[in-house]
Amino acid sequence: MADHVKIMRSQLGRARGLGAAKSGAEHWWAERVGAAALIPLSLWFVFSILSLLGADQPAVAAWAGHPLNAALLLALILVTFHHAQLGLQVVYEDYIHTAGVRTAAVLVTKGAAYLLALLAALSVGKLFFLTH
Amino acid sequence: MKDVRDAAFVARASDGRLIRRPMSPHLGVYRWPVTMATSILNRATGIFLTAGTLMLVWWLTAAAAGPAAFNVVQDFLHGPLGLLLLLGWSASLFFHLLSGLRHLAWDLGYGFAKPGLNPLSWAVLGGTGLATALVWITAYSRLGG
Repeated sequence: MADHVKIMRSQLGRARGLGAAKSGAEHWWAERVGAAALIPLSLWFVFSILSLLGADQPAVAAWAGHPLNAALLLALILVTFHHAQLGLQVVYEDYIHTAGVRTAAVLVTKGAAYLLALLAALSVGKLFFLTH
Repeated sequence: MKDVRDAAFVARASDGRLIRRPMSPHLGVYRWPVTMATSILNRATGIFLTAGTLMLVWWLTAAAAGPAAFNVVQDFLHGPLGLLLLLGWSASLFFHLLSGLRHLAWDLGYGFAKPGLNPLSWAVLGGTGLATALVWITAYSRLGG
């Protein structure tokens, strides 16, 4: 019991093993898995953009018409928006101290992120099926 | 207690004793080590890149809509504001990527030794500059200068 003096947490808090965030292991892990997936995906995206420099709409459509490009684009969109909304959630949780405002901000951000992801994915789908 | 706000610092230790919570010093009293700058930049570039996803969505929806809509996006991206944003997004992407690799290494338990932290932070900044320069030099040479 000697460590009592140094630990400034309540007995209940220590027994539950949770901090002020209440939960978060899955969130933390998902953020890292997304980050790892985005290493090859974002590098592929940079190379793709460089190869598409000066391309007109038919050229971009033809590029997105290739199954591998379309699949990688969809993966990039999905993982990017998931990772982005997880990251923004942490920022809100750090700086917004009013619970209601914080929850609203998190929910609006998640909703907007998934809507934008769907919009982008639909566009990739349309480009893909234009050429198939 | 001299100020009513001091009440927020009253707490009990695990053994029940009344204690005064420690207060962290305000940000302004620190000098800026490079590790602190790169930590803040990681978050700032993440937020800026999230704004960049709007550009990606605009670009994709316009490409799907047809040549007329696509030309509007391309004209914007080739204008001064578009180029400035692209420069910011490319630099942010490389910084967030390299800084993220550093975070993943830390999560695996590597790179925490104090002597290596400052050089590693500078390496992240240097790598960002190098990769960004390389991409833009490639871009301009591909477009024929």
